[in-house]
Amino acid sequence: MDTQELIRSQVTGNPVVLYMKGSPKFPQCGFSNLATQILNACNVEYVAIDVLADQNIREGIKTYANWPTIPQLYINGEFIGGSDIMRAMYESGELQTLLNATK
Amino acid sequence: MLSAQQLETYITQNLACDYIKVLGDDGTHFEAVIVSPEFVGKTMVKQHQLVYAALGDRMRAEIHALSMQTLTPEAWLKLQANN
Repeated sequence: MDTQELIRSQVTGNPVVLYMKGSPKFPQCGFSNLATQILNACNVEYVAIDVLADQNIREGIKTYANWPTIPQLYINGEFIGGSDIMRAMYESGELQTLLNATK
Repeated sequence: MLSAQQLETYITQNLACDYIKVLGDDGTHFEAVIVSPEFVGKTMVKQHQLVYAALGDRMRAEIHALSMQTLTPEAWLKLQANN
């Protein structure tokens, strides 16, 4: 399976997927840390994929959504945004609505 | 080292901005407020993608982190009226 196919199967096979640097317990970047805190505040289960553990995914994910930075959040296979957008959508309540629909 | 001022120039060269302010003095982490008529009618994802596109390869090579707030001219006026 090539990397783009692998990413597609990850984001469509799980309702909520976060690509991040490090793990939710040990985030390796402030923006990834912020993303996990937002998801924790939403009280939702999610799959976290550490891009530092796989160079192919680290580069491939940038192409997949035409988005050059990490973290990246996907809900039901759809790219939602990076940490700035997650924060804005959390503050407006939009993110909670989207996430609640996956429960 | 990349300065916030240079980053502003890079963005405005490829994206028409009504207002732009980039902050950050460590050469790799930046925060930006960007107001552009190009953002009208676009989702936040599309707005950020326009800024990334304006930066092109620099986004992968030189810039580690760019936190941004993108606003349409209308949203910008509203924000200023409220402040």
